Amino acid sequence: MTSVLYDAPGPRAKARNWIYSGIFVVLFGLVLWWALSLMSEKGQLDADKWSPFVTDSRVWTTYLIPGLMETLKAGALAMVIALPLGAVLGIGRLSDHAWVRAAVGAWVEFFRAIPVLMLMLFSNALYAPQLMDVPSDTRPFWAVVTGLVLYNSAVIAEIVRAGVLSLPRGQTDAAKAIGMRKGQTMTYVLIPQAVTAMLPALVSQLVVILKDTALGGALLGFAELLATYRQISANYSNAIATLVVIALIYIVVNFVLTTFASQLEGRLRKSKKGTGAVLGAEEIDDAVPGANTAAGA
Amino acid sequence: MFDFLDSGQYDVLGAFWVTVQLTLYSAVGSLIWGTVLAGMRVSPVPLLRGFGTAYVNLVRNTPLTLLVLGCSLGLSQTLGIDLAGDTFKETGFRLAVLGLIAYTGTFVCEALRSGINTVPVGQAEAARALGLSFFQVLTLIVLPQAFRAVIAPLANVLIALTKNTTVAATIGVAEAALLMKEMLENEAQAVFAVFAVFALGFVLLTLPTGLLLGWVAKRVAVKR
Repeated sequence: MTSVLYDAPGPRAKARNWIYSGIFVVLFGLVLWWALSLMSEKGQLDADKWSPFVTDSRVWTTYLIPGLMETLKAGALAMVIALPLGAVLGIGRLSDHAWVRAAVGAWVEFFRAIPVLMLMLFSNALYAPQLMDVPSDTRPFWAVVTGLVLYNSAVIAEIVRAGVLSLPRGQTDAAKAIGMRKGQTMTYVLIPQAVTAMLPALVSQLVVILKDTALGGALLGFAELLATYRQISANYSNAIATLVVIALIYIVVNFVLTTFASQLEGRLRKSKKGTGAVLGAEEIDDAVPGANTAAGA
Repeated sequence: MFDFLDSGQYDVLGAFWVTVQLTLYSAVGSLIWGTVLAGMRVSPVPLLRGFGTAYVNLVRNTPLTLLVLGCSLGLSQTLGIDLAGDTFKETGFRLAVLGLIAYTGTFVCEALRSGINTVPVGQAEAARALGLSFFQVLTLIVLPQAFRAVIAPLANVLIALTKNTTVAATIGVAEAALLMKEMLENEAQAVFAVFAVFALGFVLLTLPTGLLLGWVAKRVAVKR
């Protein structure tokens, strides 16, 4: 293992690395020991706090799995609506007409600048009985989905724009040369290639959306995965254990998605289709300031 | 339409001031923590690299809401660590900053790491040929160039952090989002006006950051 910064270690460097490792293990061990002793002092390590997740299947069937389903449902629905909307907005930003560019640009910049939590709170107030009267049991769900769609369609619009701009100019020129109209160039030449280039970034965006659903649980009473901690810790009084298990579920789901995205990226980079331009989430962030494809709440 | 602003009932500026403070403290903290993490991830010691990688992957895939709630419920209410906050208000603020630093540090780390990769291998090789140690190569040659390369990505992280401070509302820190929630509940007839006020506040906070740091990034970029 070598890098920009150091050569393959020789005998002295190896010895030094062992010393550093030792120091790190001792420090890490101390912190861990302090945390664990504090937890055991407060009874958080007792077997009955953690065993429900293994022995009591009701924790999973009544709380965690339905919660995860709500999270996935809201995330998937938001993605399905935000994708075409974001594609339209992204194409609008590339329009030849200045007024379309300006209007869509203002819309996108506005919704990108507002925290997604505020969009959710706003939608929730909008769906209140006085204004739109969405049934109160589904209101948090729709508020969360609306907030996610407004925010993420703006982010996806920027991804689409970066995707189209990443294509070589020759693609447009060639399409013009064989007599394609503007709309044809977009639909047959640019968009299909741009979609291929952006796929990994779009899959990564799904992680952001899934994480953001947790906001609805904390402030709007949406019954998603994180919100189940209230009932579980009320039943078993094991706040820390519950939060750790819920965190692990999020990590596993999101890790699967991230791995899928990077494998897709690798496969697309190798394949002969398209122009070879593939945009990962990081490149989008570099190309479009403030897009924040990775850092959602 | 905006008469709720004159009633003196709501301290909108005060709430935004808390948002700004949350952002500043968390920004400084996560810059330090992120640099340490990046140092670990590129270090020659395999164990440190492993810890850095594991931390970044675990925390980045956890919702920030869960981290902030964990700080409040787990650390403070269950284990009794209040970070020396005297009042409920102070405690909540400090716990939120801790959660934000833990989360944002991973994004700072990843931005810096990609910046380190932009430094040409020849630079570090030349530095090593002159006999500089790993620490000297990192702090004198590589990091100064890396920092200049990552100002734009770090601006993105800062903008995201500004927006993410709203998550502190989940543990009752009196910042902009919590006040907005309260106002939306009380002023149901002025939903759009309330939203407009807070939206404008955030546009005013995030837009200058992006423009200013984008300008700085162009000024200091290393021309290769």
